[in-house]
Amino acid sequence: MSETPAELRYAATHEWAQLRDGVVTVGISDFAQDALGDVVYVELPELDQEVAAGAEIAVVESVKAASDIYAPVSGTVVAINDGLEDAPERVNQDPYGDGWFFKLEPLDSGELDNLMAADAYQDHCETGEARES
Amino acid sequence: MSERAPAVGTTTIFDIGAPGRRAHAQLAPDGDVSDLPADCLRASGPALPAVSELQAVRHYTNLSRCNFSIDNQFYPLGSCTMKYNPRGAHRAASLPGFLERHPLAPDALSQGFLACLYELQETLKVVTGMAAVSLTPMAGAQGEFAGVAMIRAYHDARHDDERSEILVPTAAHGTNPATAVMCGYQAREVAVGADGDVDIEALKAVVGPHTAGIMLTNPSTCGVFERRIVEIAAIVHDAGGLLYYDGANLNAILGKARPGDMGFDVLHMNLHKTFATPHGGGGPGSGPVAAGERLLPFLPTPYVARDTDGSGHDVYRWLTVDDRPQSIGRLSAFMGNAGILLRALAYAQMLGREGMRRVGEYATLNANYLMERLREAGLELAYPTRRASHEFIVTFREEAKTQGVTAMDIAKRLLDYGCHAPTTYFPLLVPECFLIEPTETETPEELDRFVEALIRIRDEVEREPELVRTAPHTLPVTRLDDVKAARELDLSFRTGG
Amino acid sequence: MPFIPHTAEDTRTMLARIGAASIDELFDEIDTDLMRADFGPLADGVGEMDMLAAMSGRARRDQTGPCFTGAGCYDHHIPAAVWDIASRGEFMTAYTPYQAEASQGTLQVIYEYQSMMTALTAMDVTNASVYDGGSALGESVLMAVRASRRRQRQGGARDSAPVHIAVAGACHPLYLDAARTITRNQGIEIGEPLIAADGRTDLDALAAGPAPAAVVVQQPNFLGLIERVDEVTAWAASHGALLIGVVNPTALALLKPPGEWGDDGADIVCGDGQPLGIPMASGGPSFGFLCTRQRLVRQLPGRIVGRTVDSLGRPGFTLTLQAREQHIRRAKATSNICTNQGLLVTAATVYLALMGAEGLRRTAARCHARTRDLVDALTSMESVTSRFSGPFFHEAVIDIGRPAGPVAETLAASGVVGGLPLGQLHPELDHCLLVCATEKRTDADIAAFRQALAEALAR
Repeated sequence: MSETPAELRYAATHEWAQLRDGVVTVGISDFAQDALGDVVYVELPELDQEVAAGAEIAVVESVKAASDIYAPVSGTVVAINDGLEDAPERVNQDPYGDGWFFKLEPLDSGELDNLMAADAYQDHCETGEARES
Repeated sequence: MSERAPAVGTTTIFDIGAPGRRAHAQLAPDGDVSDLPADCLRASGPALPAVSELQAVRHYTNLSRCNFSIDNQFYPLGSCTMKYNPRGAHRAASLPGFLERHPLAPDALSQGFLACLYELQETLKVVTGMAAVSLTPMAGAQGEFAGVAMIRAYHDARHDDERSEILVPTAAHGTNPATAVMCGYQAREVAVGADGDVDIEALKAVVGPHTAGIMLTNPSTCGVFERRIVEIAAIVHDAGGLLYYDGANLNAILGKARPGDMGFDVLHMNLHKTFATPHGGGGPGSGPVAAGERLLPFLPTPYVARDTDGSGHDVYRWLTVDDRPQSIGRLSAFMGNAGILLRALAYAQMLGREGMRRVGEYATLNANYLMERLREAGLELAYPTRRASHEFIVTFREEAKTQGVTAMDIAKRLLDYGCHAPTTYFPLLVPECFLIEPTETETPEELDRFVEALIRIRDEVEREPELVRTAPHTLPVTRLDDVKAARELDLSFRTGG
Repeated sequence: MPFIPHTAEDTRTMLARIGAASIDELFDEIDTDLMRADFGPLADGVGEMDMLAAMSGRARRDQTGPCFTGAGCYDHHIPAAVWDIASRGEFMTAYTPYQAEASQGTLQVIYEYQSMMTALTAMDVTNASVYDGGSALGESVLMAVRASRRRQRQGGARDSAPVHIAVAGACHPLYLDAARTITRNQGIEIGEPLIAADGRTDLDALAAGPAPAAVVVQQPNFLGLIERVDEVTAWAASHGALLIGVVNPTALALLKPPGEWGDDGADIVCGDGQPLGIPMASGGPSFGFLCTRQRLVRQLPGRIVGRTVDSLGRPGFTLTLQAREQHIRRAKATSNICTNQGLLVTAATVYLALMGAEGLRRTAARCHARTRDLVDALTSMESVTSRFSGPFFHEAVIDIGRPAGPVAETLAASGVVGGLPLGQLHPELDHCLLVCATEKRTDADIAAFRQALAEALAR
């Protein structure tokens, strides 16, 4: 059973997002890291990159799969987790903490409402429709 | 695998040299290069090995003994057709007149080679039931690319610009969608039904004015013949799309049935599968492409034409873009993997009409026999109500669920029994699967040995699952750390690094 | 039947086990209409002896005198050990090394190959090879475009604008043809080669052309001349374009490696590995090499081998970075390529081990010296001149003062492969032959060529 913290919002493509002090932090869910297996590489966006909700913005690569990461909301990249370059295993070890990917300054924080709450995401994972994108 | 197989990994060719040591017999006389401008020269020599000839020969001979190969082991890799590679074909391609021929030698000095290619083109036309063949693609994936690029060129020539999608069954090989994208198309998946055939209703739902074509393998990667192929062809053609045949599984029907009669417009063959040319540890392959009348003008160049001279003799020449202005063009600098084409021709000559028919028949007999024996042994077949083509699928989903032993574990354990593992985890839609293709060149005794090995491994799964989960145990290395390999990339030898 | 081991008894027993009355019954899922094909036009099968006799007859027809044509395929000496080893069944009849534990031989050979190619080119990483030089250039262009589109996307641009690739100087026209076929459907436009009057890169034309995503430069160039690679590399770097070097591996024993061109070196390097122990064999099979910088390693298509450890901590080799490849990423793969020319890479690895840096340097130096001797011999004739004055490596363009195509045919009639007439590929060089002399050509060969050319020109 994977962890799904209640305070986060989730995309169908398995990104989580959390708004704090006007900045949205983004990573991938525990369910996603488990499905991927050992993460070996994360390709992060550039600082100041502008991105629309749903656009491909990063890639996470394990031994058996490479998956695109989509921006959960529109905005500008204001921070990236450089530490993943040398320690991609953090995505497996602490997907909601040290394993975060990047932070966005959202254009419209209302877009977060388009994402799922924890219980809905949990259902989404359990229904088996949750195919890796 | 010899029991004296050496330890690998610790000793590379770079470790056994000494500065200044050389294979002296290989040194050419020196040449004066003082006329070359100094600023274009290399400051120091490249860090290549410094070994004697014997050291090199011994090192690589020992490395060869760390490989499984057809010459050593049964190799039932599904969709890869690992049949015997006749030595005679190798000898034919290694004749000095062929090996020493420059690719751009004038036609007058190339008539022997051109005659060979022409004969192979004609043979493959008959075998596939198509109108013309170009031999230049250098592998299956390049033949696939050529085929889809031809479909695109056809629609472009008709200004039929709305066609943006290539349909691909969910069971298809990963190259199919990758190829569609390389040709500027979107790949759209079509569901495969529970019986292994394409779901006709699903096909009807997605086919339409955006359909450029469909890519099909037949027999499919599910190891069964696509029974409604003629109906599929009609549906796609009626929508204005074209049909591409992936020849990965042609061995199953060689000399029996032809893609051209099923309604396909273009196809590629894998000569390294169906025509017994060696796989070489990952290449070279060869993927000739064949077209029906509609797509003939778009075939890649060069290929060979036969004319008759004034005195009635055959004269062969290259067809180029000047002869075929609508061609998709050239795929290689010269003439593809010419030496592989010669091997395939030698094989085809030895088989002849009757031999080709027997290939399809005995590949199918061996697969159905092996499938039946495994069914009797209680293994779970993915499509138990179907005939096997030249291959079939078993699934170990029960073992995975109850014992925590995966298809990969069982595959690795087979290596300990001296069999190469079948194809695992493909097609993706069958969980924990083996795709097993014995080929026609194996004896029934060899197939029986494989069955015995699988039965014993299944017992091990019951009694000693850990033994299987940690296999192999008898090879030069045990399971390798893929995660470390990808996280800490070590892709080349560095002194002091 | 050839290569089918079944006795009549085997067949009966097997059918009985299956519960089928005949082999044809095993095909009963196939529509009978599809089972009526006429294979009549195929010939009867023959034994190995007769096959070899027929093939030998054809092979003999193509035997020629000494070869003076290069143009991407070179008649070098191949040490006897190279193909004795590469033809061992353990290498030749193995499959792609997906089962790493059963493929350590092939995997270690590829690792050693990767080490040798990066040493030769002074680049960081390479893959396990692609098909040939032409397809390697095509894949290099796709790689460069992926890298530059990624950069543009991060700058907020869209993918739809066509991407221009500039070709600085004379690049092999057949490589360019292949690369155009491979890249055409992806919004990529590869320009015409920008060649100055001296046969080398026209830097002014490069500066005047559309802004390229990448610049291709070949060293030595197709006309045999040593290119201004430092200037071209510097130009590319200062214009935000990636630099793709196309190189001859023999020449790299002498010439500055692409990793050291300009200030920062080339970004992507490719070429054909045929000079490294592969017979000419009508141009194939050979292999294409593809090297790049560490930062672009995930854009590199094809197979890559890495060294790691096994579960007991012992070193071993495995395919790595496979997540980029078609069998996993399907429609999002970096390429549809799923082959490397493993057997040819095996031969090249043994070749480079036997040659070493000194052996390869001597071969290169000897080729250069022989070609200079050849040019001197040919241009000592009244009507024959060197077309370009710049330094060359082991090929040169000679002007024979009349259309070269018919002259090459006359030479062929006397059994001499006497260089490539350039008119088809470069119309302005219609009177020219591209000639080459490798380390194998003797004084007698060169004298015979001069004699044959003199006779042809006297007609």
